[in-house]
This record gives sequence, C-alpha cells and structure tokens, in this order.
Amino acid sequence: MNFVFDNDRPIYIQLVEQLQIYIISGKIKSGEKLPSVRELALKTKVNPNTMQKALVELEDLKLIYTERTNGKYVTKDQKLLNKFKDKYAKEKTKKYIDEMKELGFIKNEIVEFLREENK
Amino acid sequence: MELLECKNIYKNYDKKQVLKDINLRIPRGKIIGLLGKNGMGKTTLIKLINDLLIPTSGEILVNGKNIGIESKKIISYLPERTYLDKSMTIKQTLEYFTDFYDNFDADKAKRLIKDLDLEIDMKISKMSKGMQEKLQLILVMSRNAELYILDEPLGGVDPATRDYILDTILNNFNEDGSVIISTHLISDIERILDEVIFIDKGKIILSSNADKLRAKEKGSIDEIFRRMFKC
Repeated sequence: MNFVFDNDRPIYIQLVEQLQIYIISGKIKSGEKLPSVRELALKTKVNPNTMQKALVELEDLKLIYTERTNGKYVTKDQKLLNKFKDKYAKEKTKKYIDEMKELGFIKNEIVEFLREENK
Repeated sequence: MELLECKNIYKNYDKKQVLKDINLRIPRGKIIGLLGKNGMGKTTLIKLINDLLIPTSGEILVNGKNIGIESKKIISYLPERTYLDKSMTIKQTLEYFTDFYDNFDADKAKRLIKDLDLEIDMKISKMSKGMQEKLQLILVMSRNAELYILDEPLGGVDPATRDYILDTILNNFNEDGSVIISTHLISDIERILDEVIFIDKGKIILSSNADKLRAKEKGSIDEIFRRMFKC
C-alpha cells in the first residue's frame, strides 16, 4: 500500500478515499482481513487515532465490517462493491468531461478523444 | 482524570511576562503539536511541566496531582539541546539510563539501536549529529512513560532522519499515554498530530483537533499557522 496525502484536507477523509480505491479495485480483496489499526497507521505513517476514524467511516459505508474480537474484514457484498465502483467511475468521468468542456471541447470531440486514446 | 492539566499559568522572567494565563488539558492517547514561532514560550511551558522552572502563578497537575517526583517518573522529556555525556559509549549511556529510571526498557532501546546499525561500544562523540539525535529519541521513547514531551525533535535534521523520528514516535506511542511535540516545523510533522495548540507571545491562541481545523479553515495546519502569523 502506498498512500500520498496533501496536508490541505482532513487526513482521515483522504485515508477513506484511498482505502476505498484499494477495496473497490480489489487490491485488498473482498473478504480479506485488514491489518490492525496500528499496523495500518504505521504503514501509512499517520496517527492511529486518525486511522481509526477512517476505518469507522468505511464501516459506516459498509465497505468493511468488524468480526467480533477478530478484526476487520473487507465486505463480501459484491453488489455493494460494484455500486461503489460505479459511483467512482462516474465521478472520474464527470470530472474529465467537465475539464474538457472547460477547454472548449464539445461532446463528440471528447468521445473521439477517448476512442483515439483507447486504440 | 486528565493526564496533564495546566491552570492559569503565568511565568515572568524578572519583569518580562513570557507566559500569560495558559490553560491546557491533555488527555491520554493523543499526539499533540505545540506550535509556535521561536521565542513564543514553548520551551518555557515545557520546562514548567517538567518541574525545571517554577511558575510565577498557576497550577500544573499530572494525573490530578501537583508535579514533583511522581510526575517526573511518568514524564519522559526530550530537551531541545543534547544532555548526553559525549565521552560515554552507547552501552554506558544505556546503563546510566537503567540506573536512573525505573521504567527504562533497556531491551527495547537495544533493539532500536541495533536497527540503526550502531555498535554499542561506540562513543557518542564519534557519532554524527543525526545519529546522536536518533539515539537521544530512542532513549526517551524507551521509557515506559505516560507523557512524552519532545522539544523541537526535528531541529536541523535531514529528511531521512525526520522520517525515522516520526516513525519512532508513531511506533512507540500507545493509547495509555500521550505525546506532546513542540515545533515550528509544522509541515513536516502535522500528519501525525491529533490535536494542535498554537502559542504566540506567551498565550494559547488556538487549540483544536487537527483534521477539524483543516476542514474548517480549508488548508493545511502549516498554512493556517502562516496565515495567522504572517510569517
């Protein structure tokens, strides 16, 4: 795991975002056990309290769950994972299209760019 | 009960007032940044908490009791300037610490020293400045204390040493204790902080959770600090 933060935004929000990507991309697999809060904090070089806060948030989103006394696991709910993946893809796409429109491109041109790039 | 509480602390050096009405409550399980420019009272406050200076007025409580012998047992303090006897070897220094502090975990210190590839028979005077800083931090963090107070632990170290210092603090921090780090090098350290305290001209002017402050002011702690003091 490799995390990059910018100090301008709350660290826990950035942790949630980046852990989310690890989860929906399958880099941390569905059903896989997460390292302990402490280990995760050390890996990402953040405060354990901040990591804890991020994990609570991920648990609220149901992307991870706690198995009593046994630690935290990534959800096995494939539907939910797909939903998050979709949402993320839409956000990225919207951001790209907005930026292209900002530059003055119209829809057809943007589609053409995507086609070209994907050849 | 709070781990540390400062109530209405004033400190004057002769007629010069260096601390004005400092009120602080430090709970357990937090890493707290005491942030301020040089000469604003950070070190004075730290010395008061360590019972090395006496407040002109006000009260300092550790675990609800006045500071003294008991508080010194549970506070592990890294001063700004080195206090190690440079003619001693690492081994002798470890023996010295074992002798001096009941709660010094020599095995832990040895393990950390070994990780640095340092020879235990090496004289401190033969070590580079960065290595001396690391050794000092290891000694301080190897005490099973409740409150760790680190005064400018990043002063003049290179980026690799800085990372080592931050890792060592994170590695040895646990929820039963707290760490207070005083520094003016905010951007280097802000990621590991739970809480920040801004001190200026002897007064606490802001005290907040770090992430809450970032969200509220839309910026890094470093930026917010610079904005506030235009430095």
